[in-house]
Amino acid sequence: MNAATLFGLCAAALAGLGLFGLIVNPHPLRKILAFNVFGTAVFLLIGAIARRGAAAGMGGDPVPQALLITGIVVAFSATAIAVALLLRLFDVTGRVSLAEDATADVQAPPGEA
Amino acid sequence: MTGVLFNVALAVLVLGLAVWTIIAREAFAAVVGFIAYGLLLTLVWVQLQGIDVALTEAAIGGGLTGVLLIGAAARLRGIEAAPGAERPRNSLYWMAGAVSAAVTAVLVICVLALPDPAPTLAHEVALNIVDTGVANPITAVLLAFRPMDTLLEAIVLVFALIGVWSLAPDDSWGGRPGPVQQSDPNGILAYAARILPPLGIVIGIYIFWTGADYPGGKFQGATILAAMWLLLMMAGLSEAPPISRGWLRVGLVAGPLVFIAIGFIGVLTAGDFFGYPQGLAKPLIVAIELALMPSLTLVLGLLMVGAPQRVAKL
Repeated sequence: MNAATLFGLCAAALAGLGLFGLIVNPHPLRKILAFNVFGTAVFLLIGAIARRGAAAGMGGDPVPQALLITGIVVAFSATAIAVALLLRLFDVTGRVSLAEDATADVQAPPGEA
Repeated sequence: MTGVLFNVALAVLVLGLAVWTIIAREAFAAVVGFIAYGLLLTLVWVQLQGIDVALTEAAIGGGLTGVLLIGAAARLRGIEAAPGAERPRNSLYWMAGAVSAAVTAVLVICVLALPDPAPTLAHEVALNIVDTGVANPITAVLLAFRPMDTLLEAIVLVFALIGVWSLAPDDSWGGRPGPVQQSDPNGILAYAARILPPLGIVIGIYIFWTGADYPGGKFQGATILAAMWLLLMMAGLSEAPPISRGWLRVGLVAGPLVFIAIGFIGVLTAGDFFGYPQGLAKPLIVAIELALMPSLTLVLGLLMVGAPQRVAKL
């Protein structure tokens, strides 16, 4: 199995993992992390496809590789906004929760001990 | 054979760290796992022959994102037990697991069914790169063949910063962003902040300059410069400027504005937005990169510092 196929399959597994974490983790910071794992999986898949396009003395197709650089930077800006929103939510409510009744029961029961 | 073994070991490690990032009990531990995951991904990019992507992943994907998330995790550390009450039901776990497994299965089928020989634009790039005067194909794609992507990306960064700033409480608007950093002026952090920046600035500018012909470029270089700036701020040797400063706002938009202006010069001289006149491609590309570099450094550094929180003294 060559590197492109191996890491392509790895990317498929990472996408599943990231999606799972995004859905089941209630903590917003964990959702941001899971979303980033999902994002890197997409990047890795494109990277594997770029590697398969190696030709003309280049190790990979430079067009998708350049798009990846753009993608990584845009993913960083989205993460920065998400983190800023989360910290502001914490400043205003004193909690980190996406539950709709989060403000109603300020005295949340302690976690499932 | 050793190459295959290395790749398999790398893939297993990357997957293991991803699992850790998702299931770790504490958010802080998960972020630490994510940073290690980002660094290992850098090695994966090297194995996939994407050195430019590896540099970007190391600088931005693992580095800046990691610092940002670890800062947030540290601030939220004491209160992470709170969402325990809203732990999802078991049925949700099973449904999420099934959906995720289905996504993975579809992607696996797609990866195994990719066309052979693979479609590629490498030949076109190789044919046309001579006209651009740069030798690094990635830089040629970013600034000569698809400059619109790069322009919009630079603008997205500025928009993201405006978004972060707009989360400031009303009485802090226009003030200095970020908390007051208090650190020991004789401590190791202040020491590192005095020793490292001269080296970092040289390395950042080198990576920027070498990007025309070898892996590197403005984003990676600007990230290193921004990291040096952050180090100074964290050590308390320097403070972020108040966001109402005129020079700061001009500096933030100068890069994208020069980029757009050069695009319109192309309309006049070469008949197309971002058309470069014959023989002038390289100087114009260098001009765009020189203009973007300071703006990117400012944007990346300030995105890390966050929204203004202190009451502004206007």
